[in-house]
Amino acid sequence: MKTDIIELEKVVVRFSGDSGDGMQLAGNMFTNVSAGLGCSVSTFPDYPAEIRAPQGSLSGVSGFQVSVGQGVHTPGDKCNVLIAMNPAALKQNIKFLAKGGVVIIDIDTFKADGLKKAQFDTEDAIKELGITAQVVEVPITSMTKAALADTGMDVKSVLKCRNILALGLVCWLFDRPLDAVKHLLKNKFAKKPAVYEANCKVLDAGYDYGHNIHASVSTYRIETENIRRGVYTDINGNTATAWGLIMASEKSGRPLFLGSYPITPATDILHELAKRKDLGVKAVQMEDEIAGVCSAIGASFAGNLAVTSTSGPGLALKSEGIGLAVIAELPLVVIDVMRGGPSTGLPTKTEQTDLMQALYGRNGESPVVVVAPASPTDCFTMAFEACRIAIEHMTPVILLSDAFIGNGSSAWRVPDADEYPEIHPRYVPDELREGWKPYQRDEETLVRYWAIPGTEGLTHRLGGLEKDARTGSISTDPVNHEKMVNLRREKIARIANDIPGLEVLCDAGADTLLLGWGGTYGHLRSAAEELCREGQPIAFAQLRYINPLPANTREVLGRYKRVIVAELNTGQLADYLQGKMPEVKIERINKIQGQPFMISEVKDAVRNILK
Amino acid sequence: MEEMNHTYTAANYKSDQSVRWCPGCGDHAILNTLHKAMATVGVAPHMTAVISGIGCSSRLPYYMNTYGFHTIHGRGAAIATGFKVANPEMTVWQISGDGDGLAIGGNHFIHAVRRNIDINMLLFNNKIYGLTKGQYSPTSDRGFVSKSSPYGTTEDPFIPAELVFGARGNFFARSIDVELLTSQEVLVAAARHHGASVVEILQNCVIFNNGVHNFITDKEHRAERTIHLRHGEKMLFGKNNERGLVQDGFLLKAVTLGEDGYTIDDVLVHDAHCESNFLHQQLAMMDGHDLPLAVGVIRDVESPTYDAAVSAQVAEVKARKGFTSLRDMILAGETWEVK
Repeated sequence: MKTDIIELEKVVVRFSGDSGDGMQLAGNMFTNVSAGLGCSVSTFPDYPAEIRAPQGSLSGVSGFQVSVGQGVHTPGDKCNVLIAMNPAALKQNIKFLAKGGVVIIDIDTFKADGLKKAQFDTEDAIKELGITAQVVEVPITSMTKAALADTGMDVKSVLKCRNILALGLVCWLFDRPLDAVKHLLKNKFAKKPAVYEANCKVLDAGYDYGHNIHASVSTYRIETENIRRGVYTDINGNTATAWGLIMASEKSGRPLFLGSYPITPATDILHELAKRKDLGVKAVQMEDEIAGVCSAIGASFAGNLAVTSTSGPGLALKSEGIGLAVIAELPLVVIDVMRGGPSTGLPTKTEQTDLMQALYGRNGESPVVVVAPASPTDCFTMAFEACRIAIEHMTPVILLSDAFIGNGSSAWRVPDADEYPEIHPRYVPDELREGWKPYQRDEETLVRYWAIPGTEGLTHRLGGLEKDARTGSISTDPVNHEKMVNLRREKIARIANDIPGLEVLCDAGADTLLLGWGGTYGHLRSAAEELCREGQPIAFAQLRYINPLPANTREVLGRYKRVIVAELNTGQLADYLQGKMPEVKIERINKIQGQPFMISEVKDAVRNILK
Repeated sequence: MEEMNHTYTAANYKSDQSVRWCPGCGDHAILNTLHKAMATVGVAPHMTAVISGIGCSSRLPYYMNTYGFHTIHGRGAAIATGFKVANPEMTVWQISGDGDGLAIGGNHFIHAVRRNIDINMLLFNNKIYGLTKGQYSPTSDRGFVSKSSPYGTTEDPFIPAELVFGARGNFFARSIDVELLTSQEVLVAAARHHGASVVEILQNCVIFNNGVHNFITDKEHRAERTIHLRHGEKMLFGKNNERGLVQDGFLLKAVTLGEDGYTIDDVLVHDAHCESNFLHQQLAMMDGHDLPLAVGVIRDVESPTYDAAVSAQVAEVKARKGFTSLRDMILAGETWEVK
């Protein structure tokens, strides 16, 4: 018998199961192996909101979606293959299955007990959910048990290998080499050879099972693409952010300090930097969010490249501290990995609702730089940029990442040593040391100089009280205050001369521009590309620098009859731009569901506006 | 008082700013004493940082010719922690008051003490909010009448020492603004101690809480109501050192030598270096009524400091892993090459 082979430009796979089923691991391994074959990849881990909900329950379902192939910008709207390790996972994830997709279930779990936990009313889950797609029923649990019967492992340990059996089956389906998976397993279980052996066994068993049933299901061949030569690794946005900071530390010669406090979904940045003591990083877990930013401010005053990482609620707590860094004109990088709000909101879900907070959420006139990475790998570049701007312009910079790109991953080419520029701290120049005052400025950039404590002859006092522009002493003079407010504002505005211009992609000559910022980049760009291919010309641009805006922003937006701003909030960037550029006709696409855009819904919304 | 270090004089630590505290404020005396203590210790002004929060006492950094940072309300300890970890070569002084340090900054205070970060934490305790013109503070006595407690407070105060011991502090000293030599002595001891050194200075607010410490500072009774503790010396007090502290079961008792059969041999010897804080805590809780209020260094026990431990761990891990750069570290992990 012959198996149908379907050739695809890209394919989307969704692994789903109980939060203890190891779906993230299986998904990550599939991703890495695919990336190693030259596919571009994009992933989206969909964690349950609860830490460990009861096994088999609907609230305990964990998912991992990955898109692999050519021109992949997002993890995909819907999946071509859905793996459901239990009835709850099927029930929660069937809505993500694309037309013509295939479902693989562990039939062993579809018994009375599992069905009850997933709140099915009948014994036929497939029928009850009205699934018409092809469902492949695989005895994953019993095959895992059989494969490991003679190993002497206890039942619990055996069941932990179910995910790898499923992975073996998926590898057969997509023609992924098992050697590469085994290599990853070897690293993963380097200290547990028995677990490694067991996982290899079930991986083979899963693959062989696929081979034996191949008459009943199609397999896929995925296109690879010609990607730039170099060394690659799989990276998620939070790790990329952490590494971008380290790169900036190397390029500036200033030691890296992180003052932080655990908060979802930003904590992985703290985890990564805590590991990076091996590169000299000092990552300090403080007693609260306020102490996180304050310790960073202290470290900045002391001469370090100082960073604090958090999510929206933490940013709110840090606002007074950020104001101190504004008036003291110290470099400080504040990372906000945005999540659903307000208040505790949707801690594990993504949203872009902190833009206004980042721009304006402080007392007094306290402008800061705001930048936003576009993708998991762009987190590296923009974290580096945040540090460069903070150090070279002596200012706090807020980096607005989000849960989607922070947790999502893609293949990333490791940059060469000289690929990123040197960062030049603005030390007090030798010729100015005699009679130097702390708020003396470079005339062109309005940047004050950084006198590092421990330096003889440069002792000085900073503080949150307004200072005299000339002497740096406390001043309550009304005219001086206005002058200082304007100086601080103008200093930030002039950073526009030191950042790249806004680039237009897709059909730049179209009369409508789709404009986005932050982690929606992949979906918006894909939507624009598809619209162009489908005969609806549209230009696309991504704002990575939000305050100040790139110098050409007004000119670029002015070229279009209409600018459609799409964002995961009720219109914060749109309002910001409209306030600055009342002449631009701004339309809006908004979604506030804690989920990323779907390419299809963006396309529909654009078509609706253009109707 | 020990020998001055001759490299620097008190004048080297004074800035050119005119001091703006109210005339008669206890802060003036503390500032002068701090300048002298710094000269005694002899750390160069450019190797010294003075960090404060907000409040009357927190103005102090402006009057120092060192690196200084007048920050935001309550956050001095957190900012000083980051500073010291980032730049452990520097000597760091953190200045705060009872409102700044124990109310809005209470969390940072206890955690800085618990971590044992090597900073000198000065707590000016005048039991009142002065800068906001007279509200009760976390150290005001129950029933204290102020603008925000017109009928008297309905809450008990913190005893700073008790908080320090609760946070497992290893250095606690106390002085009174008017006792210049004692202040200088404890400030020098605080500077020389490795770890978080808390110095409580009972300070008078001449405008909003004048005479708050009179019961203790009153010249006529001061010798009876205070005891100056020195490590290795007998716990004696009174005008002619005629009184002493002796053990009474698990508690302390004040006795007069020669009365009730007590002799100098019964009087306890102060051991500031004792690991157990049991006796230190009892000494620190004496308030001048039944037992004399203790000034001087009450506890001074060395233990690993946070900043040194962080630096040591960084050095150890760095040496063990041997990476020379970020790229080096990444390439040692899971990668693949596209040719």
